[in-house]
Order: sequence, then C-alpha cells, then structure tokens
Amino acid sequence: MTPPLGKDLLALEPLTPEQIRLILDTAEPFKEISERAIKKVPTLRGSTIVNLFFEASTRTRVSFEFAEKRLSADTVNVAASGSSVSKGETLVDTARNLEAMRIDMVVIRHSASGAAQFLAERIESNVINAGDGTHEHPTQGLLDLLTLRDHFGSLEGRRVCICGDVLHSRVARSNIWGLKKLGAEVGVCGPRSLLPSAVSELGVHVFDRIEAAIEWAEALNILRLQLERMQGGYIPSLREYNRVFGVTRERLERAPRDVLILHPGPMNRGVEIDSDVADGPHSVILEQVTNGVAVRMAVLYLLAGGSPALAEAAKGASDR
Amino acid sequence: MPDKHTTVLDARAVARTLRRMADEIVELFDGTDNLILVGIQRRGVQLSDRIADILDEREGVKIPRGSLDITLYRDDLQTVGPRPVVGPTKLPWDLNGKRVVIVDDVLHTGRTVRAALDELADFGRPARIALAVLVDRGGRELPIHADIVGKRMDVIDTDRVDVMVSELDGSDGVVLARREDAA
Repeated sequence: MTPPLGKDLLALEPLTPEQIRLILDTAEPFKEISERAIKKVPTLRGSTIVNLFFEASTRTRVSFEFAEKRLSADTVNVAASGSSVSKGETLVDTARNLEAMRIDMVVIRHSASGAAQFLAERIESNVINAGDGTHEHPTQGLLDLLTLRDHFGSLEGRRVCICGDVLHSRVARSNIWGLKKLGAEVGVCGPRSLLPSAVSELGVHVFDRIEAAIEWAEALNILRLQLERMQGGYIPSLREYNRVFGVTRERLERAPRDVLILHPGPMNRGVEIDSDVADGPHSVILEQVTNGVAVRMAVLYLLAGGSPALAEAAKGASDR
Repeated sequence: MPDKHTTVLDARAVARTLRRMADEIVELFDGTDNLILVGIQRRGVQLSDRIADILDEREGVKIPRGSLDITLYRDDLQTVGPRPVVGPTKLPWDLNGKRVVIVDDVLHTGRTVRAALDELADFGRPARIALAVLVDRGGRELPIHADIVGKRMDVIDTDRVDVMVSELDGSDGVVLARREDAA
C-alpha cells in the first residue's frame, strides 16, 4: 500500500520528496498502457471528471483528457467562453452546480493564483491544479521531473537551469520546488526584469548570461517567452531577446558537455529557442509530452476514491 | 498473537513441483508451438520464468515470456483505500491466435485471475488461455479453475499461504501461517 497523497493536487511546494517520488514511480507502469493496441484500463470506470478550463490550453487539456479516458473515466470539458462563466457566474457557483450533478474530480486551469486551492476548500470532489495564474502548474513540474529522471536516473546533485520568464511562470515555480525536493541543483537565467526580485532567496543559482548557464547546466528547461511581455515593457524586442538569451546551436556547441533540452511548450521558435535546438539530438521536448499523459494518469489514479474509512474496512481482506 | 508457521514445500520440493508443472504444460498443449508464458506480478513472474527456463532447456526452444500487473483491473479499487502499488506489465507479443499460460503463485478467490483474463483480452485474442498455479488453496469466489496445479492445500479461511522465491525472499518455499487461536 502506498502513503496517501491527500484529496487534491494543488502544488508541489507542500509535497514531501516521498510523495513526489510516489507519483513518478506510479507514472512508470502507466507509460506502457499508451503503447498498447487498446490504450485503456478499467481503473476509473464510473468516475466523472470535469475539466474546467478558464484559460486557453490545448496541450494540457488534451493531455488530461487522454489520461482520464485511458483510465476509463467519463469526462466533460467546460471552457470559460460559451459557458455560464461568461455570464458572470462565480467559480464556486460553477463548481457547486457541477458537483450537484455528482462528479468526482475537477481539473482546473485559471488565471488567478490560488484559484485551485480556493475551489478545493469549498467542494468535496478531488481538485487537480492544471495551472493557476503565476503560482504553480504541478503536473507540468512532475512531467519535467519524470523526463529528467528518465535520462539521469536520479536527480540528486544534477544541475538544471530554468531559462526565461521566471517571474511570471507557474512552470518555473513548480520546477524549482520539485527539483529542489529531489536534491537537484537549480539555476535560473533570464533578464533581471523577468526574474523575481527576491530570486536568490529561492536557493537557486542566478545567471545573467545564457552562456554561463549553458556552461554550468546538465539540462536546460527553456520557458516560453509570452509575447505580451514585450508590450509590458519587460524586454526591448523579441529579436533582442533572441540575440542575448536565445538558446542556439552555436551556444550549445561551446558547452563542456551534452545539455538536455526541455521546453513546456508552446515554443516560439527563433525567440527563446532555435529550431535546430528544438529538433536537435538532445531535445526531449516530445518525451515531455508523452510523459505528461503518464504522470497525469498516475495523479488521477492516486487521488481517485479510496477514503480512509474504506481503507480500514478493507484491511486484512484477501487480495488473491 | 504469533502465527504458527509450517513449511509445506521446501526449496527442493518447489524445484521438483515446477519441473512437473513444466511437463504438464507440454502435455496439455502437445508441445510448445505458439506458447507464451505470462506471470502475474509479483511472485507469479519469477515462477513463470523458472518454468520457461525448464521448457527452454528440455524442449530446446525459446518460450516468449511476459508479465502482467493486474492492479488496474482489480474489482475492489473503489473500496480498497490507499492505492496499491502498480507494477510493470510487459507483454510485447501479439497474442492473437497464441496459446497463453497464466502463471501465479497462489490460487484463492479467483479474483486475480478474473482481472488477468480481462487484461489479456485488451492485448488480443489468444486461441487458448490456461492457468498454472504453484498452490491451489481453495476458497473460490468465482467460477475459475486451474488447469495445472503444483500443490493442492486444504486450509481454513484465516490461514495464510506464503510463496517465497529466492529473487525476492532469499529462498524458495511455501509456508502455511496459521493463527494461534485458529482451530
């Protein structure tokens, strides 16, 4: 039997290293299911899951939906536009109405930091955070950890640098927490205007030059530069950003070792990452996408059902 | 209260029993053509490998092997509480038209085998599926029977039958654990 994960998955910050390892270890056997001819197991048969996406998302929503369907759950997608949300209904009212239809789990993406926790405290269903504002995106952090672990074996002492808009990035935050909990050394690299002001308090190495980050790191997790940052005055221009912080083949060729390349997507080719790096031999960007389904299956499996009272009743029951 | 432990099969008896089970598999299928051995996680996998080793040596063949973790197909997942650990499933073979032998350590309620049959069906449509178990301890809750049985035991409900394999437990053996207060 596994140690419990709790009712919800809201962030990596409150998890123990053991809980994170449990999720990653559980994800391993789930990879195989997606390789089968019939990509489906009956585990969550009868469970109803609502994917509540208040922000646009393709990759994450599709990944969750595949994970849910491959576990045989029934799924409903609710997008903010075209729903009662656009008529001014509050988050809690939306969720309570869904809950009144007897759902079991909610996967939520929202532009407000803390939205997932707010919801989790007010409804009975399990809540999974699929990204809340600039707070966290725990399943993205987990799939990055799984991909790194696939290549490094253990993350203990490994040097991983997160490059780009760390200030606004929930992916960066989940990565920093997860990597540190598993014993990796974490660096961040980007323009000072896009790093949090108290960045050194996070216990990470700070690199002002991408060349220095590449020389230090064994893996780079290159964040998407959100194009609206330019309008916000954080960077002078995209071309300027690419010239100073872009990860290019020339820069990687000067590295003292092979550097693993991760990107959470969607990519701006020619801005934060060049095409020959994204498609290069050390890119694991598509492995990240494959691992995303397995990690989300693991999280759904670990959170679904199984109340403590039932566990007590089942104790000692034969499993043969 | 401490359990009373009785050795039912020692390491040599286990080896002897597995050899006989291997012979019975060849007899049952009149050879080893299109045969695949699939062990159920966990200890069924090691037993399945031993039987396959014996078959490989005696028949001069290379029997394809697989392993099956039935956790995600259990019928009690909604009630079992903290999630059971999921082990690896490795079945890189086309099962269509093949003859599959499921190997497990102990046959009890039959629920594991029910789950294994469901899981196998998701991999293809074998021509035949047979079941081989090291120990049949009775107590079936489903209409399932084994084709090949290493050792039949008549035990009471509260007894525990533990199969040990050297890879995981240090040595081979079958032990009956009976509660002190049991009849």
